[in-house]
Amino acid sequence: MERRAAFAQSGLPSRKLESWRYTDLRPLAALDPIAAPAIVDTTALAADLPALSGPRLVFVNGRRAPALSVAPPSDIIAAGGFVADPARFAALPLAVLNAQFAQEGAEIVVPDRFDAGRLTLVHLTQAEDTTPVFTHLRHRIALGAGATLTLVEYAAGHGVYWHNPVIEITLAPGARLRHIRIQAETQESFHTATLFVDLLAGARYEAFTLGLGARLARSETHARLGGTGAHAALSGAQLLRGNQHGDITSVVAHDAPGCTSRQTVKNVLAGRARGVFQGRIEVARAAQKTDGYQMSQALLLSPEAEIDCKPELEIFADDVKCSHGATIGALDPEQLFYLRARGIPEAAARAMLVRAFLDEAIEGVADGAARALLESAIGGWWEGA
Amino acid sequence: MLEIRGLTAEIDGKPILNGIDLVVPTGEVHAIMGPNGSGKSTLSYVLAGRDGYQVTGGEVRLDGVDLLALAPEERASAGLFLAFQYPVELPGVGNANFLRTALNATRRARGESELDAVQFLKLARAALRDLAMADDMLKRNVNVGFSGGEKKRNEVLQMAILKPKFAILDETDSGLDIDALKIVANGVNALRRPEFSALVITHYQRLLDYIVPDRVHVLAGGRILRSGGPELARALEESGYAGLGLEALGESVS
Amino acid sequence: MSARIEPRDPIEAATEGNYKWGFETAIEMEIAPKGLSEDTIRLISAKKDEPEWLLAWRLKAFAAWRETCEPEWAKIKHPPIDYQDLHYYAAPKRKPGPKSLAEVDPELLATYEKLGIPLRERAILAGVEGAEEATPVAIDAVFDSVSVATTFRETLAKAGVIFCPISEAVREHPELVRRYLGSVVPAGDNFFAALNSAVFTDGSFVFVPKGVRCPMELSTYFRINARNTGQFERTLIIAEEGAYVSYLEGCTAPQRDENQLHAAVVELVALDDATIKYSTVQNWYPGDAEGRGGIYNFVTKRGACRGARSKISWTQVETGSAITWKYPSCILQGEESVGEFYSVALTNHHQQADTGTKMIHLGANTKSTIISKGISAGRSNNTYRGLVRMMPRAHGARNFTQCDSLLIGDRCGAHTIPYIESRNPSARVEHEATTSKIADDQLFYCRSRGLSQEDAVNLIVNGFCKDVLKELPMEFAVEAQKLLAVSLEGSVG
Repeated sequence: MERRAAFAQSGLPSRKLESWRYTDLRPLAALDPIAAPAIVDTTALAADLPALSGPRLVFVNGRRAPALSVAPPSDIIAAGGFVADPARFAALPLAVLNAQFAQEGAEIVVPDRFDAGRLTLVHLTQAEDTTPVFTHLRHRIALGAGATLTLVEYAAGHGVYWHNPVIEITLAPGARLRHIRIQAETQESFHTATLFVDLLAGARYEAFTLGLGARLARSETHARLGGTGAHAALSGAQLLRGNQHGDITSVVAHDAPGCTSRQTVKNVLAGRARGVFQGRIEVARAAQKTDGYQMSQALLLSPEAEIDCKPELEIFADDVKCSHGATIGALDPEQLFYLRARGIPEAAARAMLVRAFLDEAIEGVADGAARALLESAIGGWWEGA
Repeated sequence: MLEIRGLTAEIDGKPILNGIDLVVPTGEVHAIMGPNGSGKSTLSYVLAGRDGYQVTGGEVRLDGVDLLALAPEERASAGLFLAFQYPVELPGVGNANFLRTALNATRRARGESELDAVQFLKLARAALRDLAMADDMLKRNVNVGFSGGEKKRNEVLQMAILKPKFAILDETDSGLDIDALKIVANGVNALRRPEFSALVITHYQRLLDYIVPDRVHVLAGGRILRSGGPELARALEESGYAGLGLEALGESVS
Repeated sequence: MSARIEPRDPIEAATEGNYKWGFETAIEMEIAPKGLSEDTIRLISAKKDEPEWLLAWRLKAFAAWRETCEPEWAKIKHPPIDYQDLHYYAAPKRKPGPKSLAEVDPELLATYEKLGIPLRERAILAGVEGAEEATPVAIDAVFDSVSVATTFRETLAKAGVIFCPISEAVREHPELVRRYLGSVVPAGDNFFAALNSAVFTDGSFVFVPKGVRCPMELSTYFRINARNTGQFERTLIIAEEGAYVSYLEGCTAPQRDENQLHAAVVELVALDDATIKYSTVQNWYPGDAEGRGGIYNFVTKRGACRGARSKISWTQVETGSAITWKYPSCILQGEESVGEFYSVALTNHHQQADTGTKMIHLGANTKSTIISKGISAGRSNNTYRGLVRMMPRAHGARNFTQCDSLLIGDRCGAHTIPYIESRNPSARVEHEATTSKIADDQLFYCRSRGLSQEDAVNLIVNGFCKDVLKELPMEFAVEAQKLLAVSLEGSVG
């Protein structure tokens, strides 16, 4: 009960904050969740795990679940429990909340020049009865110089809950992290994830985020290109229906010269769903020769769906090439007719065009198995339609 | 056999087709010629079932099946194929995936077994060879970045793979140089067999030198005004639509 | 066409500090005491001999203003403005309606001369009979919020067009003013609009009746002259069914060390099939190279496309002001109505501009186009801020937006903040934005053809702005081009 009181007082961000103008957390405030209790026997949750082989770190209700995990190679330190620097998050209320409540998380440290292959990080949340629960996990992922890792992150659960993870990623010079994230929380849940990515010289961060679940979701990424020649690619897609609200927010800060950033975000919105994309590219005075590009596209599949989009450029260096684009529309009737005239039934033709619409964002996902997982998640979305 | 009887249609309340009567017996190739605005493209879109065209009267049957009652994909499954005058670009949709999906949808509708990727590729490669097209055509997105000639060849490739009973070629010759025209014509001729028929819509006689029609119809003002053998096309080429005395019909030629 | 803004020889300008229009006119003024209260508003209203309803409207606006705060969301910084330390009424003392040149204050005439207004237009402004034959532009000159002369009124009256100071319209056409004033920008719309509604002293009024194509360009020339005086002009333009009007405004102010406040409101109403084209060349004093002085320009401009197939087109070239805060907008209510926004905003030295537009699509098949070109030089900050909103009934609506920013030097900032919201699947929105600098090879190419560095930059900047400049009436476009060149001086090393 103590925690509950703390939660109530903590003050979720309101829409008066410019960065929250399109996402209203009042339904979350009304949820009044309690800390998720420990699940003694997690084996029943094995069916919820994504179909991916290899090392796997699984957290259930915010705690490690060794029974469901597959240990990564011993070269990777995968420990837990560390102290975060709360000063960094002062302006981000959800990260502050996480800092208040988080007790566990993964700490993945890849040594210099080590190719750590693929690692899957799973968060499962289970509300046992009708009482909503919350979990706040905090992970740290650090890649040494020249190290590589493919990290697949997967979130799912049962019942009504709020999942509010924070992930801090640091990439040493020349490190490369491929990050594939699938958010498949329950339709009654709330998912708010905050990512911090720090890139040093020549480091590469390539992320693809797929948002399918949650009644209200926000995926917020703060990437800082702090060393010459670093590269960040933040792509993502949301497929939403019903009353779902999904928000993809990102800030890419170019602080060093000669860095590149790429971002392609796709929203597919059916029913009364509302999609939000806010993306800011910041170029500091020192960040000459910056090359930044951002594209946001939305498909509205129903007359009641809504998209709000705010792509932002904030530029203080003159020798830069930055651009963004945004398009919003429906499926092209010409294309639909062309497919149907070739014998493809309307529903299949629609699915095909939506899949094609997503293609540009997904094509960067190099890991075959992770890609197959994405494809099946997208395919499953249509079956739920 | 395609039978069109008393077909009338309009766009946004404006009549375009004013009573088309046309029968194309199985195994025959017919040509429709006519000046701009005569209703040629409207006829092809109405036959294929595109939105935005209101059929106000008449009927269309393909081997007895009422085409007008069917959705576009059902017409395709029933054996109708429209080679578009302006093939549509589908960014993100691979040509191979598109063709296989279309072929399997059609086969399924006809109660035939679906082809797996290997079977399909074999079939597609053979069709590509016949049309002098490179294999990488299959990897590209449908019509995206294609030249005008490539788009038209892609239409004929689809036709070769889907093997329709009845094909409509809507100005397939427009934008083609003579070499591409021959390749396209050969592709169409290769499909000619007793159970295949086609309607070739064109502005010029040129295409009909390579795809020799059994019958030629002149469309103007939304009606068939003349019908004849291949010689009618040549007469048109020499004397123009005016030479046929169509100018007397004023509204239809303008 | 008035050649009011005629840049002189760039060398001369460079040696004298760039701002050619920085003189002050010693005209005898009538000035109200500093400070803002209900009494100030009653005084203004009484000076203008206004009807009771307008005073009540002003007081309501004042009450609303006191309830609101200065907006904080714009990317601008300035020391707090003391609204009690300003004069809210300043008028040149003169007899009403000068009938001959001799009656016009010679200082005023001298001002026109300095502004580069051609002689015959000066005569027209001064009201000399017979002077109206030659030039096709009707001018309303507003000095410190008071309209001093309006030309061509008879010619316009014959066509049925009303073009007069708004204070006069309140007296002569109260039914029109009462019907439309505040109907697009309500009295309490925002902090600055509320302030304007409470204290506006003059501005232009245009009424083009049904079916009339206004026979000439209408132009208002705004000049801030008096010290410590806020300028709050209010413009209201109504185009009835099928009417057409093209309206131009130009702005200058004297060079001063302290900042001056300007908070105008412009309301446009277009009924069925009407078109309003509104062009601005804003060249208020921008402050000196160190950022001292300059106008704070907080303007609310909004047009309502009420009628089917109506069209409102905003074109602006913003080179002046220390701060520009301005978002000329269109409410696209009528079916198939069209909104356009073409903008060039150039900032140099310590200028700050936060400008853009709002296109609110309410009606079916409405269309909007936004072309914005921002140029930042010196230590300035230049922000495009725009909203495109497709409402649920905006079936088949379209928007196209192109925002380009150009940076000159590495001490300035260029920012693009679009808000794009759609609630209709059949509406289509396309937005593109780029940021770049003048490429070295472009400069080198020009210079190897014999152009100086400065000429090369001007050439490239003009090319960058071409899509917007071509929307201006031709002679205005020529002025605007020269103005860009003058404003850029000293920015290229």
